[in-house]
Amino acid sequence: MSERQSSDMLKATTTGGVALGSDPAAVPAGAGAELSFESGVDMKARSQWSYVRMRFLRHRLAVVSLVILLLIALVGVFAPQLAPYGYDEINLEATGQKPTLDDWHLFGTDQLGRDYLSRVMFGIRTSLWVAVMVALMATIIGTAVGAVAGYYSGQVDNLLMRVTDLFLTVPGLAVLLTASVFFGSGDPFKTGIILALLLWTAVARIVRGLFLSLREKEFVEAAKAAGAGDVRIMLRHILPNCVGPIVVFMTLIVAAAILIEAALSFLGFGIQPPNAALGGLIDDGQEQGLETWWLVTFPGLVIVLIALCINFIGDGLRDALDPTQRRMRA
Amino acid sequence: MLSYVVRRLLYSIVVLFATSFLVFTFVSVSGDPLAALRVTPDYDPNTIKRIEEQNNLDKPIPVRYAYWLKDAVRGDFGTTLLGDRPILPDLWRVMKNTFMLVFVAEVLAVLIAVVIGVYAALRQYSAFDYSATTFSFLGLAMPVFWLALMLQVLVVTVYEATGTRLFPISSLSSIDPGTGVDFWIDRAHHLVLPVIVLMVASIATYSRYMRASMLEVVNSDYVRTARAKGLDERKVTMKHAFRNALIPLVTLVALNFGGLLGGVIVTETVFSLDGMGLYFVTSLLTNDPYPVMAWLMVTAVMIIIFNLLADIAYGILDPRVRYE
Repeated sequence: MSERQSSDMLKATTTGGVALGSDPAAVPAGAGAELSFESGVDMKARSQWSYVRMRFLRHRLAVVSLVILLLIALVGVFAPQLAPYGYDEINLEATGQKPTLDDWHLFGTDQLGRDYLSRVMFGIRTSLWVAVMVALMATIIGTAVGAVAGYYSGQVDNLLMRVTDLFLTVPGLAVLLTASVFFGSGDPFKTGIILALLLWTAVARIVRGLFLSLREKEFVEAAKAAGAGDVRIMLRHILPNCVGPIVVFMTLIVAAAILIEAALSFLGFGIQPPNAALGGLIDDGQEQGLETWWLVTFPGLVIVLIALCINFIGDGLRDALDPTQRRMRA
Repeated sequence: MLSYVVRRLLYSIVVLFATSFLVFTFVSVSGDPLAALRVTPDYDPNTIKRIEEQNNLDKPIPVRYAYWLKDAVRGDFGTTLLGDRPILPDLWRVMKNTFMLVFVAEVLAVLIAVVIGVYAALRQYSAFDYSATTFSFLGLAMPVFWLALMLQVLVVTVYEATGTRLFPISSLSSIDPGTGVDFWIDRAHHLVLPVIVLMVASIATYSRYMRASMLEVVNSDYVRTARAKGLDERKVTMKHAFRNALIPLVTLVALNFGGLLGGVIVTETVFSLDGMGLYFVTSLLTNDPYPVMAWLMVTAVMIIIFNLLADIAYGILDPRVRYE
């Protein structure tokens, strides 16, 4: 027990932002209370996740952002039920209306009388769905490749680093635009795959770095001595210690994906009608002239709001998942 | 150091060849550039055949790559597929225009970001610090193309309300820009909005970076030593802290070049500026593989050079860094 304990303490201090809580395989459940730093103080035993939750909830901006983002996501999910009009519903009696409370045209209408509030709701649905899909795919591929490269290093690592080098020599947006022409675009799913194919390399680099340093730690050595196989060491001993940085990075990918997808769709290489996406809506609005400012303004504001919320949540998560940070943020 | 640079250069050449082959395959498979001609009614099939043969489109991809490589290495990148327009002169022209835009925007952005970052770090948790943080969060959450459109909307709205046109909202010059000084005044006037758009994202990134690196330096031991020996505060911040805090920023600015080009693509499209970004998008839309290839290769070379410069600058500025 004492050896396990000391290696666990060492890990918590030496790996800094990397270590997330205790190594679940090395420390029996309930040991968290004995390990707490404040000796002599009668403290309630808390799991690492309850500490994380506590620290996150103290980060007010992140909590507010999370609430707003959840609301936006709900609007997206229930767009078909909530939207006052259909996505492509043409109403020639209400063309080019400024934002008004009448008939629920809060975001105005375009030249065909399509209600932009409804269109934005459907746009949120597509854009958020694509962004989450991209983040999940990029994280899974990136974690898998990064873990293998970092754990075995050598040839696999070399190959991975050379591949990511290639990705780094050409501007990302240019690659995406070319890839969109290659795969053909328009469909949200295809656009999502193209984005994920570019973004996984960043995850792989980070996970590789984490695995590279963690595999030298004593608890890995101990697991090896106890006869654990490579796969078990990677999944049960190292990966749980990487969850923090991976989760933070994943939230950042969601924000990046929203912004990049919007740019692609705006340039006409991303998601195209009849699929609604926020970037495409801005492009639509822009083509109808800048005098109808509301068509450009509102979809863009929603993008800014989503990206802002995700960035704040990422900030809050980073603080919450960092066990070296004892100071509670007001 | 020299051997390090040479090794890096040699490695870069290998990377360039690999990238170019991958990209070429990618672009070549991406679709039939003559598809539009084929469906045009009354278009002579013999002409299509002639174009195919002239450009070796009927050959397998490695052979086509070899032909392309021959043109690229000779330094002129050949001609466009349709219309046989030489690519290099066009590329030079748009590069010059883009360089001007990017140079002005980046120099201004770095200057402003350094001032903001340093001041925010010295007055940590002050109102200024919080405003700067808010600004950079906003700047990073804002799609570049949307910011550009909103500025255009602003100009149009002001014009409709008062009849004055604050800034031109498209192209690089007026139809009749004049000559000499007049020409450059006209050009500067046209560049105001695009430069602002490009600056916002850069300032947002750089100022946060500068603030973080300044905070780290200000709390370091040697700054405490400088204070302890009785140096006045101005000298401590300007000579001891500021100079060292600048080092990481130099690297960041050099490494940010690829990301910057993304912003350029979007900005130039919105403002229809005759630069690299618009050239790239237009080439993609016409499905012409050769200008796209030339563009990607030129930018790849530039990015590799900037990465190398970043490493070299780091080695020179920070004596703790040694390359074997």
